Amino acid sequence: MINFSYTIWIPLLPFLLFILLGLAGHKLKPKLSGLFGTGGLAIITILSYITAYKYFFTSEKIEGAYQKISAFNITWLQLTDKLHIDLGVLLDPISVMMLVVITTVSLMVHIYSLGYMKGEKGFERFFAFLSLFSFSMLGLVLATNIFQMYIFWELVGVSSFLLIGFYYQKPSAVRASKKAFIVTRFADLGFLIGILILSFNTKTFDFITLTDPAGSAIAQGGGIAFMGLSVMTWSMIFVFMGGVGKSAMFPFHIWLPDAMEGPTPVSALIHAATMVVAGVYLVARMFPIYAFSAPAALEVVAYVGAFSSLFAAVIACTQTDIKRVLAYSTISQIGYMMLALGVSGYGGHEGLGYMASMFHLFTHAMFKALLFLGAGAIIHAVHTNHMTEMGGLRKYLPITHMTFLIACLTIAGIPPLSGFFSKDEILAAAFHNNKLLFAVEYIVAGLTAFYMFRLYFSIFWGKETHYHHTPHEAPATMTIPLIVLAIGSVFTGFIPFNELVTSDGKVFETEIELIVAIPSVLIGLLGIGIAFVMYRKESEISDKLAAIFKYTYKWAYNKFYMDELYLFVTKKIIFRYISEPVAWFDRHIVDGTMNAIASVTQSVSLRIKGFQSGQLQKYAFVFVTGAIMLAILFIYLWK
Amino acid sequence: MSLGTIFVMRHELLLIAAALLVLMAEIFVNPDKRRYISLFSVSLFGVITLIGFIPSPTGSLFGGMYVTSNTILLMKNVLNIGALLVFIQSVTWLKKEENSEKISEYFILLISTLVGMNFMISAGHFLMFYIGIELATIPIAALAAFDRYKNKSAEAGIKLILSSALSSGILLYGLSLIYGTTGTLYFNEVAALFGNNNLQILAFIFFFAGMAFKISIVPFHLWTADVYEGSPVNITSYLSVISKGAAVFILIILLFSVFPEIIATWQKTIYVTAVLTMTIGNLFAIRQQNITRFLAFSSISQAGYILLGFIGGNQLGMASVIYYVLVYIFSNLGAFGVVIAISNSKGRENIEDYNGLYHTNPKLSLIMTLALFSLAGIPPVAGFFGKFFLFTAAAQKGFYLLVLIAVLNTIISLFYYLLVIKAMFINKGENPIEKFRSDFPTRFALGICVAGIVVTGFASILFEVIRNLSFGV
Repeated sequence: MINFSYTIWIPLLPFLLFILLGLAGHKLKPKLSGLFGTGGLAIITILSYITAYKYFFTSEKIEGAYQKISAFNITWLQLTDKLHIDLGVLLDPISVMMLVVITTVSLMVHIYSLGYMKGEKGFERFFAFLSLFSFSMLGLVLATNIFQMYIFWELVGVSSFLLIGFYYQKPSAVRASKKAFIVTRFADLGFLIGILILSFNTKTFDFITLTDPAGSAIAQGGGIAFMGLSVMTWSMIFVFMGGVGKSAMFPFHIWLPDAMEGPTPVSALIHAATMVVAGVYLVARMFPIYAFSAPAALEVVAYVGAFSSLFAAVIACTQTDIKRVLAYSTISQIGYMMLALGVSGYGGHEGLGYMASMFHLFTHAMFKALLFLGAGAIIHAVHTNHMTEMGGLRKYLPITHMTFLIACLTIAGIPPLSGFFSKDEILAAAFHNNKLLFAVEYIVAGLTAFYMFRLYFSIFWGKETHYHHTPHEAPATMTIPLIVLAIGSVFTGFIPFNELVTSDGKVFETEIELIVAIPSVLIGLLGIGIAFVMYRKESEISDKLAAIFKYTYKWAYNKFYMDELYLFVTKKIIFRYISEPVAWFDRHIVDGTMNAIASVTQSVSLRIKGFQSGQLQKYAFVFVTGAIMLAILFIYLWK
Repeated sequence: MSLGTIFVMRHELLLIAAALLVLMAEIFVNPDKRRYISLFSVSLFGVITLIGFIPSPTGSLFGGMYVTSNTILLMKNVLNIGALLVFIQSVTWLKKEENSEKISEYFILLISTLVGMNFMISAGHFLMFYIGIELATIPIAALAAFDRYKNKSAEAGIKLILSSALSSGILLYGLSLIYGTTGTLYFNEVAALFGNNNLQILAFIFFFAGMAFKISIVPFHLWTADVYEGSPVNITSYLSVISKGAAVFILIILLFSVFPEIIATWQKTIYVTAVLTMTIGNLFAIRQQNITRFLAFSSISQAGYILLGFIGGNQLGMASVIYYVLVYIFSNLGAFGVVIAISNSKGRENIEDYNGLYHTNPKLSLIMTLALFSLAGIPPVAGFFGKFFLFTAAAQKGFYLLVLIAVLNTIISLFYYLLVIKAMFINKGENPIEKFRSDFPTRFALGICVAGIVVTGFASILFEVIRNLSFGV
């Protein structure tokens, strides 16, 4: 056995940095606190790479499968002999993979932020929050048990809230942070209920016990049935609800586009590459339970994923704020990952979807972070988010242009870039299991290529726009992360995921299935082609099309009125018919009782003041009387 | 008895030696160097506190009159930590002109009371126990009257000595009945011979009344307010934390190991007095204007919560009591520390005076808030876990109604704790306490309290250690 106990420092170091920067940050020079944060992250990035190397290439396999290693564990709260909450570090293929993803993207975002946030008020606060986020996210993926995961799940929620609301003087940022927090908290309620049902049923929180295919938790089956579904299925649906909230799947997707109010590096890190895939990670973490004990819940995962991905892709085609386009694209891509998990089986080639999902998570983190950071560089240069106000930027921002193009090609699934491989595996998995879902994803692939190149052509080509001052390329601290991530986007497709990250830890054979690959590349090219015709130069085709499909366009542009629907349901229905009666009850009955208690308390406390007279003889009298009363009470009256 | 076994009483020996050393220092040190005596005593006591944590042999001495175990050692260490904090907090106050002649007196008396408490906890015989109690009480009466030219302080001293004489009388009456019915005063022999007959229940009630006086359980608490208000604030904090903690420790040991036969009776006694103590303590605390008096009454209701850990007679109960006392030491001394700092430098002790404190002294306000949150039991600070374990211990044995009453009382207490916080943060002060910088000892002690509140809350390992050392009936 290799000793992995040092891995505890991977989450701990950012936590210490958070405390340092949070408490003493304002006393340091801003630059120094930025360097502290970035340096700390560089260290844990190296540690994570070492861990990944050791885990994948030198650790011992049993029967050809990677083992789940509990590298560190302490009992945090021993509530009763059986019920205890542990904190620890669990290493298995997906957690090690996530370590690499999180630290890589986080390090790039840290470096990028050194340039992007330069001169901002609250520079050190920003880095303190970033460290807090890194700590929480790493704690989440390394969790040894579902309760620890829940704790860190909430912590990432908090850090996301803090970072979205970073510009707290802006009312829209404050609104967005509240919205994100409340929506995800609501979803997390489901998660908590799921955890409670699950652990009540299985009598454990521990992931290793829970997800052992031969273990007691899975062997005992689904438990009793309730409304046609077993208890286990219900619990897994509830658990998935938490994932739906965090990963911004339909119908809880409404917070993510608004979350773009946060600084752009935050969008890249939290709302594209890491935190929003926590839902996918959650399902992958619990995958054996889904596969064996709750197949119905797994079907829910597949359909929610597929629907979200189509829904978001349609909306993305109509948005003009570049960050919002990317946000919807994120929802759409996460939908892909969910779908892949949903159609997957367990073990061997059956587990293709699982592998594909993790693969896509990995490549998506690289190219989506790249897209966001590129968008940040563009916004930095032209001081607007709206692509209608941009055009012809390729001359001014050569590096950003090239890296952005690579990212767009990657997400469109053009070989041999990484997105092609991971998306192809997902489509293949869907193709073999569910032709309907495959068709949906196939259309989404075309839409994706279209809206990404709509974005690309409008920004870098299109009409010549006059800017107040000539846009200039971002400083090296910002371009270097772009280049690194671009290299990642190009080459990560060649990582043999089928040998490393599989549902049962064993290697299985995959190959590119031409029957899926060729059409998917073709539809990608088609999407790019349409975007080329419509947006390469200023043309009226897009306006005409919008006019023809007036209502569809309007609906999609207004995000299918989901926000309005939520407002209607909350304001007109919940507030009026539930909250108002409850408020009345609260004001008159609850408050009334409380006020009564308060006034009784006050008057009683006024009356008994006489006891505290200051006269010692009275005290002695009360003392002796008290003793005698107690004696009488317990000898004669209440024995 | 070989000489080595004497080290079983290491805690007491060290304390006695310390008292003698301070006395020597007083005699031999040049009068104009007296101010160093504080430093000397505090560092001496700090070393003693540290030595207390070195594992040491346990066993019994003097034919069973004196016993010690790892549980008892733990309790003594907890008390030492608290006493050390009080010592540090006293340094600034002792620098005052009127106290300069009495520095060593102060430390010798305090150490003597601590020796008394240690003997009390370690007793294996009621005689030893009684001697311990008196040794712990009489010097405190002297300390309560420490500002002897102030009427209130003198009054506090005389009230304390008179009422504790009364309580000792009742306690001794109970002990004599115990002796009369069992023919022995050794704890283990009494335990075997104690039963549920009326005379023995009477004996128990009188014994309990005597102990209840020390913990200021209602209705035996009336001395508390006057004594707490009149004594110097440092002594008040010592009385409300250390003395109370020591009495709580010995009471739980005795209930669990000497009176297990009449558990049904003492559960009822605890039930009644716990409800009374929580409620009455709260009702009085609401009305207080003076912050010392306010903390005094709140400490009465805190004692009521502690009784919830007794009632189940279970291991978790004892663990939660020890843990709560530890948490309570940090929280209450944190609150008192702020009061002392303000009283020392500005001489103001009314809650009104705290209006707008946050704007002038933000750090002190934050510490005060943390301490009050902990006392009120707001998660995630230590006080929450303390109360949680106490309530769990009671609920485990089915005392749901009692837990409900305790929770209601917690809500009431939240109201008045928040009043102070509101005063500091929201109220506009017409004449706020000016900004000032406290000196090193004060800040050091407050730092320990804050660290204690945070660490005892999060380091669950601490509770595990305590739990493993605890026992049930």
